[in-house]
Amino acid sequence: MCMGRTTGIDERLDRAGRDSGRAEKMAIDTTRPKRTASEQSNGARRKRDRPVLTGSEIVCKALEDEGVDTVFGYPGGAVIPLYDALPGAGFHHVLVRFEQWAALAAEGYARVTGKPGVCLVTSGPGATNLVTGLADAMLDSIPMIAITGQVIQPLIGRDAFQEVDITGITLPVTKHNYLVQRIQDLAPTFKEAFHIATTGRPGPVLIDIPKTLFTQTHPYEYPESVFRRGYQPTSVPNMRQVRLAATAIAKARKPLIMAGHGIMLSGATAEFRAFVEKTGIPVAHTLLGLGAFPEEHPLGLGLMGMHGHKHVNDAFDECDLLINIGARFDDRATGRVSGFAPNAKVIHVDIDPAEIGKNVHADVPVVGDAKEALKLLIPEVEERVHDDWMAWIDSRRDRALDAALAERPAYPEPYTIIRAIAEATNGEAIVTTDVGQHQMWTAQHFGFNHPDRWATSGGLGTMGFGLPAAIGAKIGRPDLEVWTVIGDGGFQMSGTELATAVQENLDINIAVINNGYLGMVRQWQDLFHAKNYSEVRISAPNFQALAEAYGVPAITVRTDAEIRPAIERARSIRGPVLIDFVIEPEANVWPMVPPGGANSEMLHQQRYEG
Amino acid sequence: MKTRHTLSVLVEDHPGVLNRVVSLLRRRSFNIESITVGHSEQPGVSRMTIVVLGREEEVEQAGKQLYKLMEVLKVAEMTPANSVAHELALIKVAAKAQSRAEILQIAQIYEARVIDASPTTLMIQAAGTEQKVDGLLQMLKGYGIRELVRTGPVAMSRGSQMVAVRDTVRPERELAVTANGSGVNAN
Repeated sequence: MCMGRTTGIDERLDRAGRDSGRAEKMAIDTTRPKRTASEQSNGARRKRDRPVLTGSEIVCKALEDEGVDTVFGYPGGAVIPLYDALPGAGFHHVLVRFEQWAALAAEGYARVTGKPGVCLVTSGPGATNLVTGLADAMLDSIPMIAITGQVIQPLIGRDAFQEVDITGITLPVTKHNYLVQRIQDLAPTFKEAFHIATTGRPGPVLIDIPKTLFTQTHPYEYPESVFRRGYQPTSVPNMRQVRLAATAIAKARKPLIMAGHGIMLSGATAEFRAFVEKTGIPVAHTLLGLGAFPEEHPLGLGLMGMHGHKHVNDAFDECDLLINIGARFDDRATGRVSGFAPNAKVIHVDIDPAEIGKNVHADVPVVGDAKEALKLLIPEVEERVHDDWMAWIDSRRDRALDAALAERPAYPEPYTIIRAIAEATNGEAIVTTDVGQHQMWTAQHFGFNHPDRWATSGGLGTMGFGLPAAIGAKIGRPDLEVWTVIGDGGFQMSGTELATAVQENLDINIAVINNGYLGMVRQWQDLFHAKNYSEVRISAPNFQALAEAYGVPAITVRTDAEIRPAIERARSIRGPVLIDFVIEPEANVWPMVPPGGANSEMLHQQRYEG
Repeated sequence: MKTRHTLSVLVEDHPGVLNRVVSLLRRRSFNIESITVGHSEQPGVSRMTIVVLGREEEVEQAGKQLYKLMEVLKVAEMTPANSVAHELALIKVAAKAQSRAEILQIAQIYEARVIDASPTTLMIQAAGTEQKVDGLLQMLKGYGIRELVRTGPVAMSRGSQMVAVRDTVRPERELAVTANGSGVNAN
């Protein structure tokens, strides 16, 4: 009797659980157009028309339906059944040499195409190797879909071979993630994942799929739309806020724009240019905002922040209105916040409400998509020029570097290398970098005039980024010349991707800026740790011989005079080419805001002074 | 200044949602004092009451970050003025024959009930504000508290105001508005 009652309760609980599940499903279904009675009678027939596919085929078909043309991946136990379906799939699979580079190649692809990058790896170590790439994409708001295999469902939670809780591990480094438990959820999960990854503030979404699902079958139907009650990003800003912004702009005498990545993510470069040209406000670029507005334009100032140009950081110190469009006030951009733009009222345009007031107080927050905000803002602002203000900024320009470079040092000077690549390619090339000194030299001196041709790891600062990102970028934009500028340290992290570049026969030019040090760390030790060069001296193989072993033609450059001929030779060769630029070991990046300092407290190169 | 804030959070009732909420608060260095989760009046929607310790702007940031989770439908701050926050406590107190009557009297003052007894102990169930439960515990301390479990507060707004979500309307982000004054979403 007692037993019977207990079972009854269990049944009721179970039913309640199922009911709540059903209610959720209904909530999702509400977006679908409601079927009329006559359509409903056709429903059964339609059901039969839907092809019955295996889980593996569903994954491939869903990717095809999303217009995916390339997947970067590495096979392994849990995804063998999925790889079984790849030969028949309508997209190209690029076999990388390490899963982390699959994620970064997908990022490189996403950064230059604006389309989500897709990577695919196995469970366990394959999945954990993705984590750095996911974190990188998360911090830089890159749309990415990561597909991981998971162990068979009966083994989940039992510490099975190559089992890790990847949805748990990646919780803080993904915009959202899924562990798909039922075959019927597979196609809707892909639909939702792509929607989340590409809308609002973009980001990486991970889909973990147990091996068991790949071999199960289900009728395939790709949903046409997605509805999540808890995910409704604001894209059109409040007009009242836009008018407040316009009023502040009208009143400003020394306004300055901080151009962020969001301008490119929302595809707003045309609107942004129109806004800048109408208001006559100069544009400072964040690291990821490079390309949002041409640097060759009289109003384009170039890089701000820790290694920003002197006159740009001075302009922040002096401005009375700061208009941040699509940047998140990262600490490397702002320096010490209390000393950042101390005289300015702040307008902050961002699609993510959580960014408003997170690091810097916003006097006029405008929550919305940069493109939508600019479209509303342009008619509200007056046509103006700021000659006095522009002249002031120009007067703060540091011309010492140009003077010094004119003297032509014997060794290849890093600034000269970057400028020579920019000149040879007419500034049209896609450039990817690793992280460190060479990244800053490139950001300072390449002169970016186009959106989506600059791929660098901004927020996370991931070494090894450059080469895999170049692979992804070249695959995404085969029509454009691709250069990657990397250090000798970073190249020793991801240099094995030379094999991928060769296997895919990708026409990419690799410029290794080789100083025999982990240069940026050495620079900090030089300036702030009394030259205590602790563990920064890094030996390297003969890069030319190494590249040639991979079948990659290579050139070594040891003098200034060899720079341009080497670049031209590299450009003339089809397929990957490596140039090893052996530079002065202790060259520093100037100017520099010391850690913890305000942007107005920049250090300047001693050598070029006086 | 760091003060206690009570947040009511409506979430989709999915596996792992508690983990997502807690992980987010931990990652952003928010100090959770208590958290309770249970069903709400709507099927498929759970309601969490989270008590966090933080400065005004930190709590505002916590609310905005919570909204970034796909499962979070609504975040509302429950202030002492506009809401009621009660918790439940079960207290096992040592009760010898000679002290039993006193303990029962104390329980009565605090509107607590005795729900279980043994020759040496009484189990008292108390419900009400945290202060009330604290007061009762203070009174019982002298007799010897053998075991204690508290739920942490659950909160609800006073009057006819409701923290609820409708199916089709996007979550209102009043927390996003407060610290920025000018009303981000006040159309």
